[in-house]
Amino acid sequence: MTVRRRKQMCLAVRLPGAGSATAYAGPRATYAGPRGKSPLALPAFEHLARTAERGRFDFLFLSGGPRPEPVTVLSALAAVTERVGLAATVDATRTEPYDLARRLATLDHLSGGRAAWHVATSRDQADRYGRATELVATAQELWDTWTPDGVSRPFAHRGAHFDIAGEFGVPRSPQGHPVVIHAGDSDECREFAASTADVLLGRHGSPEAGRAFYADVKRRLATYGRAPDDLKIMAGVTVVLGDTATGARERELSVRRSVSGAGGGHFLVGTPESVAAELDALVRDDAADGFVLLPYLAPGGLDEFVDRVVPLLQERGAFRTEYTGATLRSHLGLHAPAGKG
Amino acid sequence: MTSSHGRGLLHLAAAVDQQSAYDAAPYAELARLAESGGLDFVTLGDSFARPGPDALAVLSRVAPQTSRIGLVPTVTTTHTEPSHVQAAVATLDWVSRGRAGWQLDVSTGEGEARLFGRRHAAPADALWREAGEVADAAARSWDGWEDEVTRPPQGHPVRVVDATEGQARPTAARYADVALVRAANAAQATAVRDQLRGQAVEFGRNPDTLRVLVSLVVDLGDGEHAAEPGHGGGGPRQTPHGPLYRGGPVDLAELIASWHAAGTADGFHLTPVEPRRDLERLVNGTVALLQHRGLFRTFYPGSTLREHLGLPRPAHQYAVSGGTS
Repeated sequence: MTVRRRKQMCLAVRLPGAGSATAYAGPRATYAGPRGKSPLALPAFEHLARTAERGRFDFLFLSGGPRPEPVTVLSALAAVTERVGLAATVDATRTEPYDLARRLATLDHLSGGRAAWHVATSRDQADRYGRATELVATAQELWDTWTPDGVSRPFAHRGAHFDIAGEFGVPRSPQGHPVVIHAGDSDECREFAASTADVLLGRHGSPEAGRAFYADVKRRLATYGRAPDDLKIMAGVTVVLGDTATGARERELSVRRSVSGAGGGHFLVGTPESVAAELDALVRDDAADGFVLLPYLAPGGLDEFVDRVVPLLQERGAFRTEYTGATLRSHLGLHAPAGKG
Repeated sequence: MTSSHGRGLLHLAAAVDQQSAYDAAPYAELARLAESGGLDFVTLGDSFARPGPDALAVLSRVAPQTSRIGLVPTVTTTHTEPSHVQAAVATLDWVSRGRAGWQLDVSTGEGEARLFGRRHAAPADALWREAGEVADAAARSWDGWEDEVTRPPQGHPVRVVDATEGQARPTAARYADVALVRAANAAQATAVRDQLRGQAVEFGRNPDTLRVLVSLVVDLGDGEHAAEPGHGGGGPRQTPHGPLYRGGPVDLAELIASWHAAGTADGFHLTPVEPRRDLERLVNGTVALLQHRGLFRTFYPGSTLREHLGLPRPAHQYAVSGGTS
């Protein structure tokens, strides 16, 4: 190792939305019972959010809606957590920039600067990346109409997709711009992330494929005048732990049966020690800046990782032992947006 | 108790709107104060026409910090995607465990239309018809969600409509669970309530499933005695901001008790002029007195907003297997 400061990994967890196999395979049994106890009720999410925060995770990420509606769930979770980032999936092919910007700025205020949005696009939409790019840029224009001192200026935006004007109704939020997350690995997706996103969620295949993906995306940033650290690349992984390697393999078989169809990334299977070593190596070898865990047995699935793997990552100096800042941008080591003065 | 208006339990609600508040704490504080008085629900206004946070998100943020009180944000239907409205309202019902309502409203201004790239605003009566359609579509959608696991806890979160303006009244009579009426005197309130109940019957509803609350702005800053002649015990007066009651908490309790006893209203929705000061006086003065006289609940016997309002949980409109989604 060189003497340079140890690279810190980012960690996040994806909370299952309604309709995903992850949401139903476990909680149906865990939360059996009538109304008020469905997997959509707050306790299921609350447990995962508190566990993520106990593990000092950067953020949690609520996958595709429309049900439950992500910003509404995350606003409630902001009341039961203090530091962990809160990322909402937004369908960029249907959302109007004014309403979206207002709801995200509200979430950023309500959470003290912990809001993020995962910009999702539909495959069947013509020019989906064109609209998504303009949606993000327009939302940021709206946020920039307020100075940090609370002065608002009118805006007028005319582009290929949106032609809007008026005044934005929410003062500048703690982060200025909520964090932009994108997911995928196509060429268009990499380009969009390089130009616009703060975090790119990739799918982790082999370490070699991860390194190639990482290098390719980071190289694209320069085109947009951005530094390699301006975009964090996080790989989706499902971690299956066992006390022994054999025990872990046996659990993996039953997990794969129960989550078939859930999709969700590469399986990392082994003892806490071997999994921690593997995650650490992937970050050190520039295959990823961090990981998004896809817990296979919500809502209990994250506890084991936080209790058994996170301490090992911390011992290695690969992951924070305490939050040092209040906002998600600070957790991720991202610059504050410049804003237009 | 034999009034033709079927005088039932008294219902009380309060607005928690505050100028220039974007953090959660001031809203949570007022909602908890209202909850300590056993109020049915709190409202939070929302409009694209003026600065302010997204009301539904704010009350979702307040939900975990409260346990019984109903949470009713304004949701405008003119420029928002109906599927988003349905999902957000249902989600508020989930995170609050059955305490959600939504006050339907429309955006009539040209300025609001421009925020969404639209050139012209439609006339108010057309916008209110559309709001009714959004409410109806939401109910059908919730009924179509497979079963008890995904349906909102209350079946249909409570619908609130401000029925003061004539254009909104048919939508209120047809779809509202709670209608708000800004009225400065009992005769005016009674007339609107009678009209709403009559229209509800024409729409095939049992009029006893519609709660009509009189909306007043309240200024309790002047102590027990009205600052101006004709106020306090004399009743509210019309102002540009709506009917304003100015006087003491005890006189307000008298007014609430007498209007309710006369069948003028099923309850009151009160907007404090000075939120913290007036809501505190309302809860610890007015409400305490009404409770002392046995006119208002001292605890919540139920856990959902529908239960507070004495409204049944709607049955599925469709058979489970025939539902759409």
